[in-house]
Amino acid sequence: MTLMPNDTRRGFLGLIGAGLAAAARPAWALDTGQARALIEKSLAEVYAVINSGQPAAQMYRAFEAIFARHADVEIIARSALGPAARQAGAAEFAAYRQAFQGYIGRKYGKRFREFIGSKIEVTGAKPVKSFFAVTSVAYLKGRSPMEVEWHVSDKSGESRYFNIIIEGVNMLASERAEIGAMLARHKGDLAALTADLQQAG
Amino acid sequence: MRASVLSLAFLAAGLLSACAPAAPDRGGIHDPYEPVNRRVHAFNRGLDAHVVKPLGGGLAGGQGGGGIGGHAVQALGNFGSNLGQPGRVVNHLLQGRPGPAARGTLRFLVNTTVGLAGFLDPAASDFALPEEDTDFGQTLARWGVGEGAYLELPLVGPSTGRDVLGRVVDLAIDPMRGWLNRDQYLIGMGARLASKASERGRFGDSVDSILHESADSYAQTRLIWLQHRRHELGEEGEYIDPYAE
Repeated sequence: MTLMPNDTRRGFLGLIGAGLAAAARPAWALDTGQARALIEKSLAEVYAVINSGQPAAQMYRAFEAIFARHADVEIIARSALGPAARQAGAAEFAAYRQAFQGYIGRKYGKRFREFIGSKIEVTGAKPVKSFFAVTSVAYLKGRSPMEVEWHVSDKSGESRYFNIIIEGVNMLASERAEIGAMLARHKGDLAALTADLQQAG
Repeated sequence: MRASVLSLAFLAAGLLSACAPAAPDRGGIHDPYEPVNRRVHAFNRGLDAHVVKPLGGGLAGGQGGGGIGGHAVQALGNFGSNLGQPGRVVNHLLQGRPGPAARGTLRFLVNTTVGLAGFLDPAASDFALPEEDTDFGQTLARWGVGEGAYLELPLVGPSTGRDVLGRVVDLAIDPMRGWLNRDQYLIGMGARLASKASERGRFGDSVDSILHESADSYAQTRLIWLQHRRHELGEEGEYIDPYAE
């Protein structure tokens, strides 16, 4: 089979395009394979903790560590706090961020029993806007399979996930509402919210 | 009879007009009745804590193992769900989806016969015909009717103007009403309710965390319910990009 000129041209342009894209990408730039690998690694670590059978309080700390390692806690905590994050002092925000991280570990960690004997299969990854969406399906005992989508970005300098969407229910949006309500209850006092978060979850 | 049809028509017209104006932008929340909704929410929450949760826990068996048992509840749920199947087929047809309508019909025939009046679900386990849920609320969405206001209904829980209308129409167009006598129909409704209560037991941790542990359980319920419903209907909002804010 001979190559048509048209095909050659397209191939050549495609090559230039690919070269430009590669050149334009920063060194750490994320691709679908890396985004997918991040989620697979996080899931494997979470399941290792669930299957370890250690006491619940230790599990929550282990979940918190996994969250801190693979999620962009900074942007999640900032986004959950909303406009108040811009007015917060650096130390005040750091204390809030730390408390938020523990709160997430406990709040979502508490649900670990639902995941015993379950599996989550990563099914794909695609670029969306300026980040990647990794899709997966969760098979929990006694439930229909659930779609779980992870949003992964490298804007922090490392590839980390910043949102989880389970059957349309968005963790970031949910935490924005929750943290917003807690902050309102403390009349906008971030230190009081932080103290509250240390107990909550 | 004529009076009830007339009042149904009035209700429908009222709800539709409540649907139409001020359609919120996708992803937004349109909740003009928030004060009333919050009072209903407080009532539902109390009901859940004192009635549904203890009942649902008993039905689902719970961790203590004192309930009726998972298999009986599953069978009851199957039975109730099978009775709702003809209604789903009607809705799939109204939505112009012959595929799910045909599969739903087969599913109903298989489960009603081989599945012993619907207590078993061989259609899903042996014939690869899982339930494809739908309702008239979805039909309205497919027809382009707007979501309407967010509503929290006593006993029923979260809904929207469009979904309330959908529920009313679903009752009216359910073919089962013509095929069963009144007592049979009421037993079927009872089975569907019982299977809902047992879901409360199975999804207990999720419900507890939203309803009884949130800082503002009304706002959490509203957000989570709307997001999930919009996901079902393919009406999800924009992605959140916190880096762009």
